[in-house]
Amino acid sequence: METTRFLWMRNAIIVFQKDIQLEFRSRYAVNAIFLFAITTLTAISFSIGPIRLHSNVLAPLLWIILFFSAMSGLSHIFVREEEQQTADTLRLVTSPNSIFIGKWLFNLVLLTVLEVLIIPIFMAMMSVSVENFLVFLSILLLGTIGLSSVATLIAAIIAQASAKGALFAVLSFPIALPILISGIHATRLAMDGEGFSNCLPDLQILFSFSVVIITLSLLLFEFIWRK
Amino acid sequence: MWKITAEAICHQFNQRIIFEGISFSLNSGQSLVLTGANGSGKTTLVRIICHLIRPQAGNITFFQDEREVTLHRLYPHIGLVGPYLQLYAQLTALENYKFFAKIRGLKIDLKLFKSFMAKMGLAGRELDELHTYSSGMMQRAKYVMALIHHPHILILDEPTVNLDESGTTLVYDIMREQKKDKILILATNEPEEFKFGDNQISLDA
Repeated sequence: METTRFLWMRNAIIVFQKDIQLEFRSRYAVNAIFLFAITTLTAISFSIGPIRLHSNVLAPLLWIILFFSAMSGLSHIFVREEEQQTADTLRLVTSPNSIFIGKWLFNLVLLTVLEVLIIPIFMAMMSVSVENFLVFLSILLLGTIGLSSVATLIAAIIAQASAKGALFAVLSFPIALPILISGIHATRLAMDGEGFSNCLPDLQILFSFSVVIITLSLLLFEFIWRK
Repeated sequence: MWKITAEAICHQFNQRIIFEGISFSLNSGQSLVLTGANGSGKTTLVRIICHLIRPQAGNITFFQDEREVTLHRLYPHIGLVGPYLQLYAQLTALENYKFFAKIRGLKIDLKLFKSFMAKMGLAGRELDELHTYSSGMMQRAKYVMALIHHPHILILDEPTVNLDESGTTLVYDIMREQKKDKILILATNEPEEFKFGDNQISLDA
C-alpha cells in the first residue's frame, strides 16, 4: 500500500496533468499571459524606438513584463475551479497539499514556457546582450520558482473574493517584491557580465525566498482551501 | 463496518446562527434524511459532514471497524452528489472518470465505467465533453462519478434535481441499494424521499 507521502505526491501530479489537459482545451491562461506579454513588449519597443538602453533599464523592464504577464493569467488556476464550481469536487478527492503542489507545478510550467518564448523576443527587440548567460538563466530559474509560488498562494486566497483581478496584482506585488528587487539587481549584473560570486547574494535571496514561500504555503494552504 | 458520529455541530453566517447542537450517529446499513425549509442549512450541514467547510463548533468523525479514519484515508470511501458540486465540463465523461479513478487510487476499468454509464442512461456519450450534456444528463454523470468507486458513505443533496421520471427511479434504486449495508445521508425537501431515511433531522426547529 502506498504511504500517505507518496499518495499526495502522486495526486499532485494527477492534478497537474488534469490542469494541463483543461488548459489545452480552453487555452485561457496561455492566451492571457502571452497576449499581455507580447502587447507590453511591442508597446515598450515602439515607445523606445531606436534608442539602445542600458542594463539599468533593461533589467527592470524585463521583470516588469514577466511580473505583470504572470499576474494576468496565473490566478486562473484557482479562479477556474471556483467559477466552474469544481473546487468542492477537488476538495472531496484529495488533500490540500496535493492540490497546491499540482497547481504550483502548472503555474511553474506556464511561466517557464512564457519565458522561453518571450525572453528571446525581448532580447531581439531591445538589442539586449547578456554577457553571463549561465548566471542569467540561474536568476530566471529561481525567480520563476519564486514568482509562481507567490502567484499560486495568492490565487488560492483571491479565488473566493469578488474583485479577483485587481486583488491578485495588489496582494501579489508586496509579497513578490523581494523576488523583483533581487531579480532585477542580479539580471543587471548578469547583463553586464558579472560572475556567480557577485550575483550570489541575490541568488541566495531568490532561493531562500522560494523555499520560505513554498514551505509557508504548504503549512497555510489547508486553512485557505477549506473555508 | 463504518460509522459516522456528529457531536454538537453548530454553524453561523456572520451573526446569524444557522443551526446548533446537531448530533447523530450512523452505522453501516443506516440512513439519515436532513429536511428543512430553504435556507435552513441543509446544504451547509452536508458540506460540514463532508469536511468541505469547517463548523464553528462540534466534530464530525468517521470510523472504520472502530478505528478513526483520517481525512486522507476517507477520500476513496465517500461519494457526494449535490447541485454545487460540478464535474469538469471541458473534459469528456471518460476523461473525468479517469481523473477521479486515478486520484482515488483505483485501477482504470473501462468495462466498469461503460456499465455505469449505461446504467445511468448515458451509453454512447462517454467521449462527449460534459458541456454538451443537458442538466439532467449532467446530474446522471455526477452519479456515475460518485458511485463508481462503491463508496461506503454516500451523501446526496437534492438527489433528484433536474432528473426526469426514469432518472428519479434510478436514483431511488441507488438509495435503496446503498442503505442495505452502507451509509446513506440525503438532504431533501421532497416528502416522497423521506422514506429513505431510518433517521430524520429537521433543521426547521
